[in-house]
Amino acid sequence: MAEEVKKIMFTVRKPPHGSIYVYEGLEVKLIMAAYDADISVVYMDDGVFALKKGQNTKELGIKGFEATYGALVDYEITKVFIDRESMESRGMTEEDLLIIGEDEDTEEPITPTVVSSDEIAAMMAEQHNILAF
Amino acid sequence: MLHTVNKSPFQNTTLESCIRFTRPGDVILLIEDGVFAAQAGTKKSALLEEAMKKNEIHALQADLKARALTNLVPGVKITDYDGFVELVEQHATHAWL
Repeated sequence: MAEEVKKIMFTVRKPPHGSIYVYEGLEVKLIMAAYDADISVVYMDDGVFALKKGQNTKELGIKGFEATYGALVDYEITKVFIDRESMESRGMTEEDLLIIGEDEDTEEPITPTVVSSDEIAAMMAEQHNILAF
Repeated sequence: MLHTVNKSPFQNTTLESCIRFTRPGDVILLIEDGVFAAQAGTKKSALLEEAMKKNEIHALQADLKARALTNLVPGVKITDYDGFVELVEQHATHAWL
């Protein structure tokens, strides 16, 4: 008998680089992608800063992860959402978002999907588990 | 949904965010420094009173006692560890860390 596919959401609310949360969270997502789960990721509050394109961590002496973000779609993590209010209140627009992969057919770059807090609340209500980073 | 908040509302906007992403009928449980939000007569009391119109608000007894918080916003439910476990059993949980 087929088991129900687990719906697992990651929420990211911390900014990148000041702590290890965003980086570790990304590692966990990539590991979870190997399992048969319905994965979604939501960036809200200061977590939206993790999705800003053009991050250069060279002078900090750390690896950075923008390139890894560019491979999310390759890892079949396509449900990547960003809270509009958090984004706009921090002076970011859709133009600022980094690329998470490209469309298989058209090769068009794919960026995170901008959604409202109501849409996020509705998605949260559908999950089996929610992991916060 | 059960939402746990463990940050003080006087230092951090986590409680505001939690309330913004909460649907009617969801339960909010204040734990650790989150229980400071449960006090009556503070700058944040109105925030809690507004949230209580659509959500049950609980505060963890051990954390209230540890911080000597006794004068709470009316309607806040005091929950012990067993009650915490029951809430987790009844709901999918999101920790607003």
